Amino acid sequence: MKASLLTRRRAPGRLDWTDIVSYAYLALGVVMMFGPVLWLALSSFKTPAALIEFPPSFLPAAQRVVTVEGYAQPLELYRVRQPDGSVKEMAQIRRVGLQAQMVDPAAPAAAPVRVPIEAREPLREIAFAWSNYTEPLKAFSFGRFFANSLFVTVVATLITLLINSMAAYALSIYEFRGKTAALTMVIGTLMIPITIILAPVYLVVSAIGLNNSLWAVILPGAATPTGVFLLRQYMLTLPRDLIEAARMDHASEWRIYARIVMPLAAPALAVLAIFSIMWRWNEFLWPLAVLTRSEVYTLQIGLNAFQGELQTQWHYLLAMTVMTLLPVALVFVFLQRFITTGIANTGMK
Amino acid sequence: MSSTQAPTQAAPKPAREGLGGRVVAAALGLFDAPMAWLQRALGLGAMPYAFLAPNVLFFGVFVFLPIAINLVYAVTGGVNIYPSQRPFVGADHFRALGDCASFLDPATCREDHFWRGVRNTLVFTFFQMIAMVGSALVTALVLNRRIVARGFFRAVFFFPVLLSPVVVALIWKWILQRDGLLNAALVAAGGEKILFLVEPTWAMAWAIFVSVWAHMGFYTLILLAGLQAIPADIYEAAEMDGTPPTRVFWRLTLPLLWPNLVVVLVLVLIRGVQTFDEVFVLTGGGPGTATLMVVQYIYETAFANPVQNFGLAGAASILLGALLFALTMLQLALARGKSKEARA
Repeated sequence: MKASLLTRRRAPGRLDWTDIVSYAYLALGVVMMFGPVLWLALSSFKTPAALIEFPPSFLPAAQRVVTVEGYAQPLELYRVRQPDGSVKEMAQIRRVGLQAQMVDPAAPAAAPVRVPIEAREPLREIAFAWSNYTEPLKAFSFGRFFANSLFVTVVATLITLLINSMAAYALSIYEFRGKTAALTMVIGTLMIPITIILAPVYLVVSAIGLNNSLWAVILPGAATPTGVFLLRQYMLTLPRDLIEAARMDHASEWRIYARIVMPLAAPALAVLAIFSIMWRWNEFLWPLAVLTRSEVYTLQIGLNAFQGELQTQWHYLLAMTVMTLLPVALVFVFLQRFITTGIANTGMK
Repeated sequence: MSSTQAPTQAAPKPAREGLGGRVVAAALGLFDAPMAWLQRALGLGAMPYAFLAPNVLFFGVFVFLPIAINLVYAVTGGVNIYPSQRPFVGADHFRALGDCASFLDPATCREDHFWRGVRNTLVFTFFQMIAMVGSALVTALVLNRRIVARGFFRAVFFFPVLLSPVVVALIWKWILQRDGLLNAALVAAGGEKILFLVEPTWAMAWAIFVSVWAHMGFYTLILLAGLQAIPADIYEAAEMDGTPPTRVFWRLTLPLLWPNLVVVLVLVLIRGVQTFDEVFVLTGGGPGTATLMVVQYIYETAFANPVQNFGLAGAASILLGALLFALTMLQLALARGKSKEARA
């Protein structure tokens, strides 16, 4: 029985130890995979003071404060052990060394009492620091980065879908001279990541005059070999007689592509669209190289720049990270099945 | 394709209905007239070329032309970005990259960062491959069992794949920092704080871990698809024969999964060699050069250093490209072997 964990075999209806090990592994997986993201999300709602606490608290919490008559600033509330052993809520006026000057909020007129600091314990409440989210929108160009990323993702995906589907159509429907060469070229480009042609693509982009424009991010990656492949494989399975019948009716080749093949290829187009959105939203190295002015930063580049500048301002950085991840999380929740089957079928991402 | 068609029709139903479909149809309709004119002017035989043209143009301008320029960069010197204004230097850049008193010690090399990058990338790729394939295999095996809520658990492991490298790195940077969650757990367990991203060995270990965390789900999916393609009756037959489960795993599951496993192995290798994003944001290549990868060296040599040395970066990327080419050829050969096996 030792390795039955490794096979799919199991008596139905009985829970043996291999099942327990499996579920323990899966539970660990949930903690390992979701835990860090949950921790990020919880932390992003903490105040700067709460963020530098050690050990950190689990939930975002802040010390309760109270306004006491006769004091201009709101005072921090503590639970104070009295000399007689009872416990009382008191507000701290100031701390002097190991003593704290405290006042009873119920009786503000009474003289402040001195309390040793180890006799008091802060009163805390769950508090979400929404300002972590609202302030970066005003103080930094976070909205601009978001809009840039959205523009790049949408436009690049549309261009990719159009030119890749055209090429796939040509490579699946027609027989023509140079078809093998064209197919070889597609396979060839599959092996060339932008990583190894960074500098020369930069030259080409500058020569066209696209430096520091979002088009410099959009155009170089628009003709994806992956997309051509994916769509071609799908179009090869479409019934040919539909196309022949349309030709008989004197439909132009473009109309056949646009009105017959494209609607039929919708499932493959959807998979490519999802891939393209993922690639573009998350793209890092090329935008990092080509975008040097902050007005054209995408979210990823903006976030990376912030983490360099804002090392001490984790509260903003965490909130912005959550906002960057949120669209992806939403897409995932709604299209999870689509994405996973698409990847399982193509072996690509 | 009218709606009066019998529902039994085998042809796939076009997804033309709906607003999105109509918008797409209208947008594509804009090209109706010009493309029809093109077809009349050039004839049907020219149409495939017309359809290929935009994609080929993009490939040409943004892939093939840059490859040619890269070759020029690699054999010319100076700081000018225009190839025509760069003096020819022959193999100088390659000689500079290879100028080492001892290849085992990067400190003795002229381009010591390149060799540190090579060494780090090798270490990273090697350990990452073991961890990645191992954890993806275990996860796929567990997910392939008859478990409740399989879809949910599959999604759990896959979820980080969609996160951007910057987000992944920042999530872990926050956990690994000096006063972070992990150190809090260590202190609570009676240990001492560890500066995970400041000590070289820890930094490399965490770079590997974070990369596995982020990408394991993708490979799990491929292996799971492979496991599910194994016909169930083989297992039933083995069960009838009373074959012990250990033997079933080693003699049935593993050999049948082997082609997928090899593909995953090579994919991890190819991606590992190109590692940059997560590690760069997580550690910046540091402490010192402890997690500096080859791609980061190329990026910094060409863009981030005060003097942009496109020649040296070009030479280094040609070496990297040659390695990737060899690995991809290996993958294609293995994939071909796999499909041949499937046909046999």
